Amino acid sequence: MNVDSRARLMLSVLVALILTVLPLPPWLDVVRPAFLVLTVIYWSVNAPRAGGLAIGFFAGLLLDVFQGPVLGEHALALSLITYIAVREHQRIRSKPAIQQALIVFAALILYEVVLFMIDGWTGNPVTSPLRWVHTVTGALLWPPVAAILSYGAGHRV
Amino acid sequence: MAAFGTGAGRPLGGRGGSAGFRFTLYALLSVIMMYLDQRAHYLEQVRYILQAAAYPLQLAVNSPPAAWRWLKESLQTREALSAENERLRANARDLGLRAMRYEALARENGELRGLRDALPPVADRWLPAEIVNIQLSSLRQRLLLNRGVANGVFKGQAVLDDKGLIGQTTHVGPWSAEVILITDPEHAVPVRVERTGLRTIAVGAGDTTSLALPYLPGNADIKSGDLLVTSGLGGVFPEGYPVARVTEVHRDAVQPLAQVRAAPLAHVDTDSEVMLVWFRAGHPAAPAPAASGELKGGNPAMQPQPAPPKSRATPEPASPPPPAPRSEPARALPTQTTAAAHDTAAPKRAERSPGAPAAAAPAAETSAAGAPAAGAAAAATVPGQEQP
Repeated sequence: MNVDSRARLMLSVLVALILTVLPLPPWLDVVRPAFLVLTVIYWSVNAPRAGGLAIGFFAGLLLDVFQGPVLGEHALALSLITYIAVREHQRIRSKPAIQQALIVFAALILYEVVLFMIDGWTGNPVTSPLRWVHTVTGALLWPPVAAILSYGAGHRV
Repeated sequence: MAAFGTGAGRPLGGRGGSAGFRFTLYALLSVIMMYLDQRAHYLEQVRYILQAAAYPLQLAVNSPPAAWRWLKESLQTREALSAENERLRANARDLGLRAMRYEALARENGELRGLRDALPPVADRWLPAEIVNIQLSSLRQRLLLNRGVANGVFKGQAVLDDKGLIGQTTHVGPWSAEVILITDPEHAVPVRVERTGLRTIAVGAGDTTSLALPYLPGNADIKSGDLLVTSGLGGVFPEGYPVARVTEVHRDAVQPLAQVRAAPLAHVDTDSEVMLVWFRAGHPAAPAPAASGELKGGNPAMQPQPAPPKSRATPEPASPPPPAPRSEPARALPTQTTAAAHDTAAPKRAERSPGAPAAAAPAAETSAAGAPAAGAAAAATVPGQEQP
C-alpha cells in the first residue's frame, strides 16, 4: 500500500460517486448499477487494509447525503457489505470472475435488503420491484468494473 | 482517516481493534444517526454542512448537460431567434390582456367579499431558481435548485412553474435546496376538484406524468378532464393553484374506492427553471397553518360551551332577578353580538353562528374582546337581529 494506490482508491471512489449521481433518463436510471458499492467491494476484497470499513462507512454516508431519506441508511448497509467482503477477501479473491460476480450479486441483494428494511422502518417504504433491478446489472458489470479498477496495478495489493 | 494510514505487514485490523469490533462501532454509529435524523431531527445542521460540501460535486456532475444546452442556445440561427422573439412577444401581449382581466376580476371578487380594497395577491415574492440536478426514478423524484438559505429559502417552501405546482423543498443547504416533486411516491398534496369543490389527496405515482387519487369513494363526482387545484389545507401550499388534470377514472363495482389518475400540469420533466414562492401570511388564500399545533393544545374557545340560557318566558321563582341576566349573557351570548358587529369580513361564519350558537367558531376571536363590555343591553338586542 503506497501513496499511488491510495490516490487510485480515492479517485475511483470519486468517479463512482459521479457515476452514481449523474442525471440519467428514467429507463437508464433503473438499470444503473450501484457503482459506488461495486467500487467499495472491489477495494475491500483486493486491498482490505487500504480501504477497510472506513471507506465503506464514509462512502455510504456520501450516498446518504445525495439520495438517502435518512442519514446513516446507506452507511449501515455499506458497512455491512464491506465487513463481509473484508472478512472473506481471501476466499473471494481466489475465485474466477464468474463466481465473483455471483458473490457480488448476493452482496448487492443483501445491501438492498438492508435498505429495504430501513426504508420500511423509517416510514418511506418503496415496494416497487424496480428497486431490485440494479443488483442484476451490478453483478453483470462486475467483471469489467474489476478489470478497469485493477488496470495498471500490475500486482494485487 | 485512521483506516487509510497503513503499515506494511500489519495484521488485518490491527490498529483500531478487529474488523468485527470496528464494524459494530460503525453500525452503531449509523443506527444512532438514523435515530437522530428520523425521530429527533437533530441532524439538520449536519445535513446542512454535508449538503454544502456536496454541492460543488453536484454542480460538476451537471456541467456537461448545462454546457450542451449553452452550446445549443448559442448556436441558434438568427431566424430561429427572431421567430422565438415574435412568439414571446405575442405571448406577452396575451398575458398582459389576461392580467388586465385578472385585475378586474380580483377587484370584483374583493368587493364581493365585502372588503374595501382589492385583495393583494397571495404570492408575496418570487424567486426564479435553476435546476442543478434531477433525479427522476420511479423511487425518488427530486430536484436540486441553486438557491438556498442565502436566498431566504426555507424548508417546506412551495415550488411552482408557470403551469402549476412542482413540489416543495425538503432539505435546504446554504446555496442549494432539494425539492421533492408532487410525483414522488412519498409526496401527497391536498387538492380540491375545481368543478365540484370535492376535497381529496393526490399522491405521487413515481413517474413524471401521473398522480394517483387513492382516497375517493366509487360514487365520487369526478370525471376525466376535471381540474385539481390546491385546497389550502396542510400548511404548505396556498389555495387555488392548479395541480393536475384528471386523465382516467376507473370505477369497479366490487371495489369501494374509485381508481383515479391525474396528469400534473407543471412540466416536471422538461423545466430548467422553477419559481420559489413566498406567500403573504394572513391572506385569506394563504396556506392554513398545520392543524397539529392548535388541536393538540386544545383551543379553549373551540370547546363546546354551556348551553344558552333558557328564554325569559320561564320565570325563576327562587333566584333574585338582577344578577342572573348579567352573568349568563356574558358567558354565551356575546358570541353572537360581536360576531354580527365586527365580523364583516367573514359573512359565512356569521351565517353559521345563529344555527349553532353553543359551539360557534367566532367565539374564538371575539369572546375575549367583546364579552365583558357587551353587557346585558347588547345581549338583549341579539335575538331580534339574528333570528328572522
